[in-house]
Amino acid sequence: MSIAAQLPALQVALPLLAAPLAVLLRHGGLAFAVVTAAAWAAFAVAIGLWLQVGQLEAGAAISYHIGSWAPPWGIEYRVDRLASFVLLLVSGMAAVVLPYSRASILREIPRDLHYLYYAMFALCLTGLLGITITGDAFNIFVFLEISSLSTYVLIALGRDRRALTAAFQYLIMGSIGATFIVVGIGFLYLMTGTLNLADMAVRLREVESHRPVLVALAFLTVGISLKLALFPLHQWLPNAYTYAPSAVTAFLAATATKVAVYVLIRFYYSVFGDSLVFHDLPLPQIMLWLSLMAMFGASFVAIFQNNLKRLFAYSSVGQIGYITLGLSFASVNGLTASVVHLLNHGVAKAAIFLLIGGIVARMATAANRDAVPMLRGVPADAVSPEPTFDRLAGLSKRMPLTCFGIVIAGLSLIGVPGTAGFVTKWYLIIAAMEQGQWWLVGVILLSSLLAVAYVWRFVEVAYFRAAPEGSEKNEAPLAMLIPAWLLVIATLWFGLDTSFTVGTALDAAQELVKNGR
Amino acid sequence: MSTLAGYFSYAVTIFLLVAGLFIIIARGNLIKKMVGLGIFQTSVYLLYIAPGKLVGGTAPIIAPGFHVYSNPLPHVLILTAIVVGVATLALGLALAVRIHEAYGSIEEDEILEQDNADAGSKERGG
Repeated sequence: MSIAAQLPALQVALPLLAAPLAVLLRHGGLAFAVVTAAAWAAFAVAIGLWLQVGQLEAGAAISYHIGSWAPPWGIEYRVDRLASFVLLLVSGMAAVVLPYSRASILREIPRDLHYLYYAMFALCLTGLLGITITGDAFNIFVFLEISSLSTYVLIALGRDRRALTAAFQYLIMGSIGATFIVVGIGFLYLMTGTLNLADMAVRLREVESHRPVLVALAFLTVGISLKLALFPLHQWLPNAYTYAPSAVTAFLAATATKVAVYVLIRFYYSVFGDSLVFHDLPLPQIMLWLSLMAMFGASFVAIFQNNLKRLFAYSSVGQIGYITLGLSFASVNGLTASVVHLLNHGVAKAAIFLLIGGIVARMATAANRDAVPMLRGVPADAVSPEPTFDRLAGLSKRMPLTCFGIVIAGLSLIGVPGTAGFVTKWYLIIAAMEQGQWWLVGVILLSSLLAVAYVWRFVEVAYFRAAPEGSEKNEAPLAMLIPAWLLVIATLWFGLDTSFTVGTALDAAQELVKNGR
Repeated sequence: MSTLAGYFSYAVTIFLLVAGLFIIIARGNLIKKMVGLGIFQTSVYLLYIAPGKLVGGTAPIIAPGFHVYSNPLPHVLILTAIVVGVATLALGLALAVRIHEAYGSIEEDEILEQDNADAGSKERGG
């Protein structure tokens, strides 16, 4: 059997094998090499799968039978266009963030814990890829917990003690969400007697009007919404993003919530069917208003944050609002906007958090130079520097490239033409006009103004406020700058050439809507 | 079997579900929160296991004289869910230990108070 046929299994198996290897090696450098190699290999596999799916006719999917047990009895891995798109995003982000994290965690995590960081990162990657690729409902839950549990650990590795409480809070909220998802899957299993998603969709047609199916839909919607931080279920997100190590924040912001959105789309379109979800129930209206509240509420709160990381964490909640807004239109264009924003927002936000990581690293070195002598790289009682605005005054003089990168990625959050964010807004507005909801066009533009406000706060402080005396040019290390700028350039690239992003998203959306009926 | 008895397992499931969720929300002690989470997750085990049992059914092993079998799949699923629950509990308790080391308390309000005091002193002192 050729290797090309085994790609779906390798996609998950490679990072899964890297995790225990990293623990057994017990050495930061070796663990880094193993996990990075696995992440790059996973990215290559994702590209391979994307090419394979592209050759299939519309509506077809790669089906891989684990252990050659035929579905619906065995576990099936299923790669369609949407799945391959999300796989590319997740593995691509891991491939960029991992090389970055070597320089970043030197300053944020005690050195004897580094190999555990890489092991946890590999497990998190395994979980996220597994959720995306599997075609089995219970498997989704298992992979979800693999990624969640490793995420809690990664967040708790943050230097600040508030990282611990943030991780604990996320653990409670995340477990409630996951349990809701299992309850939903349990009801679906009771009604259909199968766990295979495709088989479940067929059997659900016969029992669609029964109440347990609606209960399952409700439990799944709430559980997944907790995971994707839909307003007002987002409370875990700001603290978790603020106090996690920089590399972890960047990876989570780009992937964890995005994969949860993918699960929601998967259940809505591939299991329940959009006629049940969007036409028989008032779900589009509910989702529309929650999205609007996220777009305005969270963005508004973001404007008044004093910590740069927290500001962009709240911005993430607002940006997720755009993704769910696209879903609420229940049309091809709306769904395209959602899917394309998974990548556009993921890339821009990861770039911002990576660049902020550079700022934190420089602040950490500056603080430690004056404080305690270094103890194996990281002093035990080092001051943990927070990127608050009063410390960022005149930053553009010290770190010009970092600041310029944040501004460009910020423009993408606003949705300025020429950046990736514009493409999303464009499709959202088309979807709104298509349904004759002209007022929404104005609302979408208005919400962009809030993004202007919070990005402008950074510009004002970094470019127009006087730098403190005696500050010299002190750019972030190249090992951190290069991955971050790679993503900044990707933001511009996907704003100008949309053949990959919109092309794949549009195909995926058409496929979902067609199969969902 | 009477209708009421038939619904008994569901009633217990719902009670555990709601009671667990209530403890998580109402209690500020981190350990008690973990207990609540445990109860909450346990309710799901029951939701899966109970419908898998047929009255008079046996283990699904083909043997002469037996015609009614219970469904073994829910047990397998819940075995996985129990493992996940144990891992979650272990991680939650480990975090609680670390929080106790860092804050000297596992009461949510006291931890919040300390964090707010930190934030306040930072704003005043710069």
